[in-house]
Parts: sequence; C-alpha cells; structure tokens
Amino acid sequence: MAIIEVQNLVKRYGDHTAVNGISFAVEQGEIFGILGPNGAGKTTTVECVEGLRSPDGGTIRVAGLDPQRDSDELRQLLGAQLQESELPEKMKVREALELYSSFYRDPADWRELLATLNLTDKIDAQFRRLSGGQKQRLSIALALVGNPKVAVLDELTTGLDPQARRDTWDLIETIRDRGVTIVLVTHFMEEAERLCDRLAVVNAGELVALDSPAGLVARVDDRQRVRFRPSAPIDHAVLTALPEVMSVERAGSQLVVTGTGNLLLAVTTELARNQVVAADLRVEQTSLDDAFVALTGRTIDA
Amino acid sequence: MSAITKLTMSETRLFFREPIGVFFTVLFPPVLLGILGAVPSFREPDKGLGGLRVIDLYIPIAIAMAVALFSLSGLPQLLATYREKGILRRLKVTPARPVTMLGAQLLMCTALSVVTMLLIVAVGRIAFNVALPDQIPAYLVAYLLSAVSMLAIGLLVASLAPTAKGAGAIGTLLFFPIIFFAGLWAPREVMPELLRKISDFTPLGAGVQSLQDAATGSWPQLLHIAVLLGWTVVAGGLAARYFRWE
Repeated sequence: MAIIEVQNLVKRYGDHTAVNGISFAVEQGEIFGILGPNGAGKTTTVECVEGLRSPDGGTIRVAGLDPQRDSDELRQLLGAQLQESELPEKMKVREALELYSSFYRDPADWRELLATLNLTDKIDAQFRRLSGGQKQRLSIALALVGNPKVAVLDELTTGLDPQARRDTWDLIETIRDRGVTIVLVTHFMEEAERLCDRLAVVNAGELVALDSPAGLVARVDDRQRVRFRPSAPIDHAVLTALPEVMSVERAGSQLVVTGTGNLLLAVTTELARNQVVAADLRVEQTSLDDAFVALTGRTIDA
Repeated sequence: MSAITKLTMSETRLFFREPIGVFFTVLFPPVLLGILGAVPSFREPDKGLGGLRVIDLYIPIAIAMAVALFSLSGLPQLLATYREKGILRRLKVTPARPVTMLGAQLLMCTALSVVTMLLIVAVGRIAFNVALPDQIPAYLVAYLLSAVSMLAIGLLVASLAPTAKGAGAIGTLLFFPIIFFAGLWAPREVMPELLRKISDFTPLGAGVQSLQDAATGSWPQLLHIAVLLGWTVVAGGLAARYFRWE
C-alpha cells in the first residue's frame, strides 16, 4: 500500500518552475530515494510532502492526509530531518530530546533512540560541542522522536566524512527495520545505490525515471564486461558460441568478453569445461553514474 | 505539560546559560539605580521636581530600561538567530509549530522583566526609601502595557531584520532614542516642553509617565494608554504581517 502519493506536483517560485508535474508513490516500509543534481527540485518536492510549502498544482497524500489541510495530524506521523537546521548552541542533547519528544502524542523512547544512534555518551553535551556527524545523528534522532510512520531525510550525509557516512547508512537500514518508511533526498550516487529500494531520478523539475537502482542501470544498458587472463590459450569461438556473449576481444594478455544476462556464470562454466583458469577476473557493469548521465544528459555534480 | 510551557522553560534555561546576557538584561537596571542612588544630592528632595527626589524619578526609568533591554536587545536578536539557524524551521515540522516559540519567548521576556521590575522596586524601597506605588493595580497595568508595546516593537525588529547581526544593530539603534525619551539622561520632569511633548508619544515616554502617575496614586492618563496601545497594535500588526519563519 502506498503511504505517500504525489500526483502531478507543480511548484513555482515567481517565473521559475521548480517542480513541473512530478508523480510518484512510496510504498510502506521502503527506502525511497529522490536523486538529482542541485537545483533539480528534490528539496522543493519533499518540502511540499512535509507541508512546508503549498503546491501550485497536483495532489499529495501522506497516509491519506493532505499536508496542507491536515497539517496538525501530519506532524504527528511524519518526521523530517531538514537541511541546515541547527539547535540553540547551548542546548544539551538530553534537553533537545526531552523537549522535542514532549511535542508528540506518542513519542518514542528517546534514550533507546540515542543508544541506536550511538549518542548515549553525548547525552549531556551541548549542541555546539558536537561533531558534524554527531549533530547529524542528533538531527535524525529528533526526526524520529515522535515515532513517525514516515521519515524524510534531506541530504543526510552531506558534509560527513566517509566513515561517518557509512555509519549513517547502517543506521538508516536499522530505522527501516523498525518499520519506518524513509524518503531520502540525495545527490550521492553511492548512497542511493547502497540504500534505496527505489529511486526517483529528478532533473530540472521533472521525473526522469523511477525504478530500483539495478533497474535504472539495466534500463540504460544491461551490457557487462568480464575481463580475465586465461591460464591457457582458448579459442574465441568457444566463447562467442555462448548465447550470453556478444563479443570477445583480446587486450594484451587479457580477454574482454562483452555480453548480457548471467554472463559471468556462462563464461566461467565454459572456461572450466575447457580446463582454463581465469586469473585476475573482474566484472564491469554500467554504474548508476553512467545511468544517471544517460537519463539526464548531465553528471550529477554539474 | 503543554509544548509552550516546556518550550518556555527550555528557553529560560538557555537564557541563564548566557551570563553576560543575564547581567545586562536582569541585573544592570537595578545596579544602575543603585549607582544613581549613591549620589547624595539625588537623594535630596528637589523643589524643581515638586518635592520629589531624583532617585524617585529613576525607579520607572530603570524599569523602562529593563523593558527596553529585553525587547530590543534580547528578543529580536534571539529570534533572528533562531531563524538564521533553521531552529524555527525545524519546529515547523513538529506538532509544536514555530509560533509556540514566539509565545515562549514573549512569556519568558515578560516573566524575567517582571522579576527585574520587582528587583528595582525592592532596591528603591530598601536602599533609598522610595515609597511603594500607591496604586498597585494601576502600576501593574502601566507596566504590562509598556512591556507589551515594547515587545511588539521587538518582534517587528525581528521581522524586518535580514540577519541576527542586523537585528542586533537595529535593536541598538532604536534603544537609544526610545530610552532617551523615557528620560534616562534627563527625566521627563526636567525635559524642555517640546521634548516632553514628543516623549508623550513614544512607548517608554508614555510608559514611564504612566508608572510615575500610578506610583503617586493616580491612574495613567488616557493619552498615554492610547499611545501604548497604539504602538502595540501598529508594531504587533506589522510584525504579524512581515514575520518570516525562514
């Protein structure tokens, strides 16, 4: 069942149309990514879902609620982690969680939340004393403290170091396992690929594609390349005879086999039958980056 | 406990973590009164002041100063900082709503400035034998009208200032003329006629006179009540129209 439904969403700022007819549905319990370059309309889209902005056209339903009309009810079941949203410098972690949990009808146990987020030892630290990663985790905690059904996380890992970023990803999966539907706004390919069940690729205010990360890649190009150094010479014809194989090329001491489907299994099985061992074996696939460029005609950082 | 109570308590706790802010807004006006009272001639009755002493006149002026400090230096800068840092925006996605923060700030400022007012009255009574106000209800009404009109002006500053720094600057810029007309440098009693006429139409000029009238046993003049209400309605209305949460 779709917990979020967005239909033909339009949002204009003056002459500029930030979002131009975007539609998608988010299923309960999934991690749904909104991927796109800066200025693509990602944040505007989720701000409409959060009820922070009123759409100029289209309809939005979150668990059946209209974010504009049923704003009070929406806030009880939607938690949001906003870009660049701080706390008073001298507020302590404990105080922030006590305060924010008091706003909700049925708050989560914030101590448990802190433990999950690895912040228990920072409970008496003031906000200004936290590192970037700790601030970000606190911000996630505040988004979850109301026991939301849906959590919207906007540019969650921007500004974090690689380790903190990976830790945060693990955390998001933990949260999803608690049954929270997650909408993740990102412009990090790796993050989208690693976390999201499905991705909405947004460019210039329009939805370009909506699929699983693997589906997006396959849509653009499902060719793969298997590259290896054969232990003994092998007749190319043996490999080209396989239905999965499109071409075989020699590159120095290596063979590069291009094909589709379960290429790796087909090639290695055939090699084994011919008593050839494949050394330095590598599989190259079209990446989500490649898919993104193909879908939007630009790289994500451009 | 309701969100506004929780938020007011939280904001008050944060306020007390800024010792410099606490000193200037809560303690400075009573301290200033103490310093003025240490001047012997200010404790002598003055025929030019209708037999009052200078120190008597400075009780409402010190109270006006406390109100001005809270509403012009404390409130706008804090709200603008909260806007700049996205704190108001964060509240917007919770059931608390940012308007609760506004309410919490106003409650805190009012409560703390009441404390300052009581301190000033107590210092005056205990140290300098200034009589307690004759008309206590009138005194409280005059006080509240003054505080509310100044807080409305503070909110307007917070609404119009683009940044926290801007809010601080505009607040300070307004502080001096407003407190001048309240009589900090020359009490209304010794102001030239023209200045006193202008002072009648400023929030704290009207406020100080209303407090002084209540102290000596009469209700505030209609003109001054109208002036205080007028500032509240105009500044509050404009603030409501122009306040931005982000």
